[in-house]
Amino acid sequence: MKMEAIDKSKLLRHTPNEIKERSALTINPAKTCQPIGAMYAALGIRGCLPHSHGSQGCCAYHRSALTRHYKEPVMAATSSFTEGSSVFGGQANLLQAIDNIFTIYNPDLIAVHTTCLSETIGDDIPQIVNKAAAEGKIPKGKRVIHTNTPSYVGSHVTGFANMVKSMVDYFSTSTGKRKQQINIIPGWVEPSDMEEIKRLTGLMGIKSVMFPDTSKVLNGPLNGKFIMFPDGGVTVEELESTGDSIGTIAMGLWASEAAAKALDTKCKVPYAILDLPIGLKATDRFIDAMRIMTGVSVPEAIEIERGQMLDIITDMHQYFYNKRVGLVGDPDQLIALSEFLVSIDMWPVYVVTGTPGKAFEKRIMEITAGSPYEVKVKAAGDMFLFHQWIKEEPVDLLIGNTYLKYISRDEDIPLIRHGFPILDRVGHSYFPTVGYKGGIRLLEKILTAILDREDRDSEITNFELVM
Amino acid sequence: MPDPVKEYMDVLDPEEFKKEVLSKYPTKVARKRAKQILINRPEGEPVQEIGANVRTIPGIITQRGCTYAGCKGVVLGPTRDIVNITHGPIGCGFYSWLTRRNQTDPSTTEDGHNFMNYCFSTDMQDENIVFGGEKKLRQAIQEAYDIFHPKAIAVFSTCPVGLIGDDVHAVTREMKEKLGINIFGFSCEGYKGVSQSAGHHIANNGIFTHVIGTDDTVKKGKYKVNLLGEYNIGGDAFEIERLFEKSGITMVSTFSGNSSIDFFANAHTADLNMIMCHRSINYVAEMMEKKYGIPWIKVNFIGAKSTAKSLRKIAQYYEDEELIARVEEVIAEEMPEVERVLEQIRPRTQGKVAMLFVGGSRAHHYQELFKEMGMIPIAAGYEFAHRDDYEGRKVLPDIKVDADSRNIEELEVHPDPVKYNPRKSPEEMEGLKKKGFEFKDYEGMMAEMPGGTLIIDDISQYETEKLIEKYKPAIFCAGIKEKFAIQKKGIPMKQLHSYDSGGPYAGFKGAINFYHEIDRMVNSKVWSYIKPPWKKNPELSARYAFVA
Repeated sequence: MKMEAIDKSKLLRHTPNEIKERSALTINPAKTCQPIGAMYAALGIRGCLPHSHGSQGCCAYHRSALTRHYKEPVMAATSSFTEGSSVFGGQANLLQAIDNIFTIYNPDLIAVHTTCLSETIGDDIPQIVNKAAAEGKIPKGKRVIHTNTPSYVGSHVTGFANMVKSMVDYFSTSTGKRKQQINIIPGWVEPSDMEEIKRLTGLMGIKSVMFPDTSKVLNGPLNGKFIMFPDGGVTVEELESTGDSIGTIAMGLWASEAAAKALDTKCKVPYAILDLPIGLKATDRFIDAMRIMTGVSVPEAIEIERGQMLDIITDMHQYFYNKRVGLVGDPDQLIALSEFLVSIDMWPVYVVTGTPGKAFEKRIMEITAGSPYEVKVKAAGDMFLFHQWIKEEPVDLLIGNTYLKYISRDEDIPLIRHGFPILDRVGHSYFPTVGYKGGIRLLEKILTAILDREDRDSEITNFELVM
Repeated sequence: MPDPVKEYMDVLDPEEFKKEVLSKYPTKVARKRAKQILINRPEGEPVQEIGANVRTIPGIITQRGCTYAGCKGVVLGPTRDIVNITHGPIGCGFYSWLTRRNQTDPSTTEDGHNFMNYCFSTDMQDENIVFGGEKKLRQAIQEAYDIFHPKAIAVFSTCPVGLIGDDVHAVTREMKEKLGINIFGFSCEGYKGVSQSAGHHIANNGIFTHVIGTDDTVKKGKYKVNLLGEYNIGGDAFEIERLFEKSGITMVSTFSGNSSIDFFANAHTADLNMIMCHRSINYVAEMMEKKYGIPWIKVNFIGAKSTAKSLRKIAQYYEDEELIARVEEVIAEEMPEVERVLEQIRPRTQGKVAMLFVGGSRAHHYQELFKEMGMIPIAAGYEFAHRDDYEGRKVLPDIKVDADSRNIEELEVHPDPVKYNPRKSPEEMEGLKKKGFEFKDYEGMMAEMPGGTLIIDDISQYETEKLIEKYKPAIFCAGIKEKFAIQKKGIPMKQLHSYDSGGPYAGFKGAINFYHEIDRMVNSKVWSYIKPPWKKNPELSARYAFVA
């Protein structure tokens, strides 16, 4: 068998053009495992310490990944399984951990998530927590909640969704008296996005409970103090009140549906599942859904923002038109981003998520129907396949997490960093991509990427001053 | 002469600190932590014993990682031309994908193979957990072979693999036979041992069993050495390689910074093994001495003086006038620039306090650089080291093997019937020892830290906070998980696992880089902006109301 010669100038020098069917080997994954999603979600509850029930490496890896993405402290504890705990179960470890955490760090609550290890053993977390309570290890007024996050099912998004659902399972209560508020389940978005969504509901004059809410937790200020449990995050009281809200807006089928459904079943709170409000049309739908759910009218301030975004789209349309884009990320983000791109006449041509779900592929094909290009989409795919597609026929722009920079450099295609994790740039914690303001930022990023490339590549004869 | 450490610590009594910290803990936890927190007494008798390499306390917020991380992430991660397949759910492979700053230069092996930018995983699904993952693993190896045609494939087991009983060794043996390339597995499930240290040991055993000694090609060169426990973070190995080349020393293999499996394969042809990170790799050196007759020495290329000392030690080992002279020339060429920079920087760093909580050797080695800058390391500890790394190898016979350590295989090694070749006769070894030359010597961290300083093993988040609150260091050195909690308090934090950015910090040029970096960090004006002007000058006046 003859191998293709290695191009020694490439980072991904072993990626062949020829695509071979793979059934067992994942190469350059476009997802990670459930527990990290649960940890991220739990950080969005005020006074909560996430706890990883498994080997300590899981906790170390999740904290490191989240820390590198946010450049912020990420606090979490672990059951530190040994071989003994793996054989006999992790009950003793979790009991001890609960006692230590409340004694030393005094959080309001602990949010336990499992790992592949404790799931394979079959540890029963509620039983252990009950035992901890019976033994007096949970101080009065404190809570321990849990979610199951087997790493061998779904992806990090599934883990996030599971923890958000657990917030409903543990806290949402119906008093029988409706409250003039709506619930917003923002999905796995950045703290900046959560802030922006709250700003928009505020502009609408609507009281909302957002869960989880990592704003002011993972984009905190430097002020000379380290506060382990910052003032951000949804409070337990607010979570309890979600059972009395008039409705729930859940953003993203993958990250938010489970919690919205559970809340409807448990407390009869009706819900609307929307796409993440990325781009003009999805934001329109979000604003309109809030209007319909609450009966308020949309203020002029929001219409001005919308008009500003649209102004840029029309002003710069010539640069967007028929550009080919390759995207890797999580289903909810990719669906919203794809629709956004199509809405400005850019075309997602390769779309890959590591998260499984055939519904994803179907939805992307619907969004991209009418594309002048052949569209390839894969759920439970990986970046290796994505790269091979690009080698077959390139794209003008890449959108995805930091790992795409290897493809970006090898194939000389500009990259816009979006999603998780972003390990080499800042901004995502502070500048949203949701809402009209977020749309303006995305447009700016896309234009900068495209126009920088034109400036770099144009001939001396047609180098443009005004663009 | 006034003793700066004593002056500093007398004001802030470390015994008081220890008492205060322990008082926060539940009784059993306090008892355990008491053994892991010491006030250093290097000269006193009897020698202090520290609790190390013991189980992490659940819930305490440790910074430790797991066995898989030590094996796949640390030791084998930097080897560029093995296709390293993680057998397990996707996370472990994902998190260990390029997250350590190991650099590599694939141009030093002709084939140019470099798989370090790739992540390979069997991405186990629930049906693999229920019905076993061996079939998927076998298929994954086949696919890796078909696509990449690598020289070698290694398989790393994650937690569930051990529980469901997949036999990775049987699968790798079978596939090795089938495909005709070197394929081997590691049982490095995360729950083994008490930290990543167990993974280092497992990695050492695997490389020793499956790779070292498989190629007898002898490299050209008069002084052939291996460097062990150097991982080329930020290009450290490149700087050490530069110094070796300049001195006429031939590097056969590094374990494992900038390494190729080809270099491991004939590592047994070197005449001297040098250990940088004692914790992670002393096992291989011990085994190679027994099997091939290669003596080992401890070296340290962190710090200009230590670098010079280590170079001299190599020359001394060879007892060769030409090499001794050459090494002196190299040191004489390199040192003036080091001294010139130090002269500029030292007035700005002198007397400042540093803390180091990292690794199994770095918390010790980096003290050399701080000392050169006139800075005072007043507290240090390892994340995953053993007693010998603190107290020195003299305590090895006294270390009790507990249940967690017993889980890690100790290979039985005998002299190789063909390849055993003692590089030095017992008489030569004795002769060198008489001249003060030390083989396999490691005094540990505690012997080199001043009395009255704090030594803390597996420091917790709580202890870290208390430590900086009380002692307000000018700089704290640890890892990414600790970094931003410390910086929120306005104290610069330098990562010493992966250096944040920058490097190399090894060798002479590395020392200069480090002086500049620490000067930048401890003297930067950016930390002075924390208080806004209105908080510095809080008198209120109601003038605005007047104007309005």
